[in-house]
Amino acid sequence: MTAEAATTSAPSMTRDGTRLIFVGRLDAAAAADLWRKAEVAKEAHGALELDLAGVETLDTNGAALLIHAGGTDPRTTGASPAVAAVLARAVAAAGTPGPAATAGTGFAPLTSIGAAAFDFGREVGSGLAFVGEAAVTIASYLMRPRGVRLGDLLRHLDEAGTRAFGLCVLLGSLLGLILAFQFSVPMRQFGAEIFIPRLVGIALLRELGPLMAGIILSGRTGSAYAAEIGTMTVNEEVDALRIMGINPMRMLVLPRLLTGMLVMPVLSLLFTLAGLVGMGAVMTGLGYPPSATINQLSGSLTLGDMVGGLGKAATFGFAIAGIGCRAGLTAGRGPQAVGDAATSAVVGGIVAIVMLDGIFAILFFRLGW
Amino acid sequence: MSEPVTRSHVAPGPDAPKVVEVTELAMAFGGRSLFRGVTFDIRSGEVFVILGGSGCGKSTLLKLLIGLFPPTEGGIEVLGTAIVTAKDAEREAVLRRIGVMWQSGALFGSMTLLENVMLPLEAHTRMPEEARREAARIKLGMVGLGDAANRLPAEISGGMAKRAGIARAMALDPPLLFLDEPSAGLDPITSAGLDKLIQDLARDLGTTFVVVTHELQSILAIGDRCIMLDKEAQGVIATGIPRELRDTATHPTVRAFFRREAM
Repeated sequence: MTAEAATTSAPSMTRDGTRLIFVGRLDAAAAADLWRKAEVAKEAHGALELDLAGVETLDTNGAALLIHAGGTDPRTTGASPAVAAVLARAVAAAGTPGPAATAGTGFAPLTSIGAAAFDFGREVGSGLAFVGEAAVTIASYLMRPRGVRLGDLLRHLDEAGTRAFGLCVLLGSLLGLILAFQFSVPMRQFGAEIFIPRLVGIALLRELGPLMAGIILSGRTGSAYAAEIGTMTVNEEVDALRIMGINPMRMLVLPRLLTGMLVMPVLSLLFTLAGLVGMGAVMTGLGYPPSATINQLSGSLTLGDMVGGLGKAATFGFAIAGIGCRAGLTAGRGPQAVGDAATSAVVGGIVAIVMLDGIFAILFFRLGW
Repeated sequence: MSEPVTRSHVAPGPDAPKVVEVTELAMAFGGRSLFRGVTFDIRSGEVFVILGGSGCGKSTLLKLLIGLFPPTEGGIEVLGTAIVTAKDAEREAVLRRIGVMWQSGALFGSMTLLENVMLPLEAHTRMPEEARREAARIKLGMVGLGDAANRLPAEISGGMAKRAGIARAMALDPPLLFLDEPSAGLDPITSAGLDKLIQDLARDLGTTFVVVTHELQSILAIGDRCIMLDKEAQGVIATGIPRELRDTATHPTVRAFFRREAM
């Protein structure tokens, strides 16, 4: 930062009795070369007087070296006015109070466990409050269906639904194909290949269809909701809505919750149908005509299976959309906050649908469904 | 009008070496001309202000000076290197000798202020970690943020982010610093503190400052020389010493700008 020096001799530091003699241009390069040497001299002899008569130019990185060698109040001789001014400014800056030390918090592991437990409890409480608020918002909308802009809802349905159809068909057909191949090996040993459609059909309709469609929705849409609303939060748009007396739950969250609940059953059904087609292709390859496969499916799948699967899917859609929206609304500040919100939406969404699936499994078992 | 801040910095004379030379610069976006025929130079050690109303191309001119994108026409020489035609290695060598404070601070959100300032030192010097830390702490102390060194950018105010941006721009002690709207949006006290800091650094360290601003108080406080861009004229409508322009300018837009009059 000093004016360009016309002459530049190589920087050096030598000790002469109680003095450290610095010569040349003291900048970042000099600091890199002489830092350890200055440290050794200081440890051996304490803070010595600094002879700066040979210093041609000094910048703030070089001043850091001098403060390192001579302490925060260095004794100097021979400094030119320019060098003395830079050093004085750096000394004043180095003397400003540093960041406050963190107060001791007792036994660290216990503190961490306690803090984590407290955070978890608070997070669960806040999550439950959000679910309650969302449920009330949906209920009030159903009683008085106004306040959701149709254009917004259609846009969300398109982005979360129709644009995910291709992915659902591709992954569904591949999963059906893979399952059929995997089942064919053990089933062949018992001469029971004909029952593969029953296995794959029930697995897809009741479990894998909603679960896989949920993972797709979580990755595509949950993260997008978190990023979109998170950016609005960071830009104080959500605060602006509140100040204008507009409830963000109704304006931002409700259309997305409705979208999740409407889109998920469709995606789940599409995924299941594509899986059945993939399975059918394998069965044809194994020598069973399509009529035999359809016959097996119609003999094993019930309307209850489908209703149960679609009900689960709608619940998953509510959870994924809600978690994405909540992650966005609770985003912190700065660009990193948006990334964090998107990550937490995907992770939270997947964990939530697996947990809900477990609850549904127990519920259906108890109900004998 | 009284002087807003006592000037502590003495402007360098006309024989001071030129660190920036701009010749017949023109810039257009999508066929729409922003400015043309812009010619000026900046001398070592001076605080040079690029001023003008909103949308006249001040920030674009700054981005051209630091080589972010090429101009439509004209030449720019920064620290002796023709930045427009320079090879990548030459341009990078120049970029290591300049510092830029962006309008928003442009601090990296995942790093503390100290780490933000240490980053250029880590990338471009061989200084050991302790030395980098100490040098960065001095820079933060110089801009009055010594006690906020461990805070994240999300935890500080806009004014603090600007000051941290200056500290990071100063990390490598460059001879040439570009500041984009350093006072915009700041309260008068913080703004005056920033003006004083710029003057002190120019005086003590010999740093050349190129400041883009439309804050009249700052212009009068810190500017050794200035150019004024105008949207209507699509170019420079005034060149000189800000306080002289305030008192003697005859161009109606310049007079209105310095006297805060509606046109």
